[in-house]
Amino acid sequence: MLDIRRIPIPALVGIVLTTLFVLMAVFAPWISPHDNAEIVGDVWEPMSAAHWLGTDNLGRDLLSRMIYGARITLFIAVLATALSFSLGAILGFSAAVFGGWFDTLLSRLVDLLMSIPTLIMALVVLSVLPSNLVTLILVMGILDSTRVYRLSRAVAVDINVMDYVEAAKLRGEGSGWIIFREILPNALSPLVSELGLRFIYAVLFLSTLSFLGLGVQPPDADWGGMVKENKDGIVFGIPAALIPAAAIAALAISVNLVADWVLNRTTSLKGGRG
Amino acid sequence: MLAEGLTLASPLMSPIVKLVAQRIALGILLLLAVSVLIFAGTQILPGDVAQAILGQSATPESLANLREQLGLNQPAYIRYFHWLGGVLTGDLGTAMSSGQDIATSIKGRLWNTLFLAFWAAIVAIPLAITLGLIAVRYRNGWVDKLISGVALASTSFPEFFIGYLLVFYFAVQHQWFPAISTVYDGMSLGERLQAIVLPAAALTLVVLAHMMRMTRAAILNVMQSAYVETAELKGLSAFAVIRKHAFPNAIAPIINVVMLNLAYLVVGVVVVEVIFVYPGMGQYLVDHVTKRDVPVVQAVGLIFAAVYISLNIIADIAAIVANPRLRHPK
Repeated sequence: MLDIRRIPIPALVGIVLTTLFVLMAVFAPWISPHDNAEIVGDVWEPMSAAHWLGTDNLGRDLLSRMIYGARITLFIAVLATALSFSLGAILGFSAAVFGGWFDTLLSRLVDLLMSIPTLIMALVVLSVLPSNLVTLILVMGILDSTRVYRLSRAVAVDINVMDYVEAAKLRGEGSGWIIFREILPNALSPLVSELGLRFIYAVLFLSTLSFLGLGVQPPDADWGGMVKENKDGIVFGIPAALIPAAAIAALAISVNLVADWVLNRTTSLKGGRG
Repeated sequence: MLAEGLTLASPLMSPIVKLVAQRIALGILLLLAVSVLIFAGTQILPGDVAQAILGQSATPESLANLREQLGLNQPAYIRYFHWLGGVLTGDLGTAMSSGQDIATSIKGRLWNTLFLAFWAAIVAIPLAITLGLIAVRYRNGWVDKLISGVALASTSFPEFFIGYLLVFYFAVQHQWFPAISTVYDGMSLGERLQAIVLPAAALTLVVLAHMMRMTRAAILNVMQSAYVETAELKGLSAFAVIRKHAFPNAIAPIINVVMLNLAYLVVGVVVVEVIFVYPGMGQYLVDHVTKRDVPVVQAVGLIFAAVYISLNIIADIAAIVANPRLRHPK
């Protein structure tokens, strides 16, 4: 038990917690004691047998809000990560395979986007875009795809000069085959270890945007939005805002633990790329 | 730094001067490109910006008014050059929501933000370097593991979790510091410092973990070199090895790490200012994004980008200047 490095207890904890969060999100309507928007009591009631986590700033059951919040948080973060991965990887591989002006143009554009903080760029575009879920996911996914683009391009440039890719080109395969059948399978392991980190980033980024009032709009709320709703209670000693904030931290840490473990496993199996 | 280099323009210094000048020129070019990006970012909406800002219930007159005000009747590139010309002459335009001059409203806030970031940096930098050194000295021991564990955890914490935890314990339960950091003109330095203790602490914690991990990595990298092994073999104590041999060589990467993390402060400051209702640039930006006040968002976005890019340039220049191979070319 003491030798944590041999027995990956952190990984185990991470897996269990992540699974719990996912189950909570999937089965939200069945396990939450009250409805998401139902007002069940006074404002900011303390924790009690009836309301395990107390009530929020409008008298809604905080536990139910947390469970539904898990659903919204995970849903948006998963979609944004999926978008940033598919977009970043496809563009990155294409840039490596086609090269030339296509590569130069995309790479300089990505350099430009990455030369200012993601949050600042997101705030700039969100000042004119309509506030809805599709916009939010698109903005998060596209801005984050720059990082995936850099990684996939770097990996694909290495793979693109391998003999088997050369052979495929000589036997007349098209770019689609080269990208999806030759490069993708070989680039998968460094990309998968990046997946966890990008997901954590998506969760934190979404929470930050919602906390600033620019993410998920009321009456729905992700965890970041719930912190915003309940933050005024803090100065009166009401810790309701700390609960969703702690949940974000717990989710990020659990995924981090799993990602670390996966990274160690893949590097020790493959003899260590990335 | 450039001027200093030029006065010493001996053949010995020239490669550094050349590199530094190149880096600055590149930075200015990048800043120009970023100004295009920020301007374009507020034009990406397909359809009518005025409609999007005012909503569906807007009257035709108010729409026409707003279009006139935003200059939407002109093509985008003319509006861009008009805006850029204004920015270069210090005229940032007027805020749509309040009709106030943006440059005037920003001046005090920029100072407030820099004041907060400065004190956070003053605390964070020495602390991060010391902790990094300790982690290397007791490498793989429990101190190192504890520091690494805490660092890993705190990179997973959202800024507002750290911020509100601090408020909850130090402002609400113990009432040592104010929960809301009000600053106003005519406040003494002591009062100001008292007001920003909690936001500065939150900012410090936000960047500390990252800075410390990168410092540790930079020193470890140097520790694996041959001259450090020699120093160890001739019997120097572990701290003497770090202080005399490892640290001087690790200083360039550490400066780089520090500057990169100061750039990270730029993002942290936006959230921290909102948490503590601190009258700085971040709060101003977020408020006006919500109000869809495009001129303010463009101006503040550009200032944030400029600070970020400048810090990155300074990091590069520091790395160039601190590199002994460039200082003493063969």
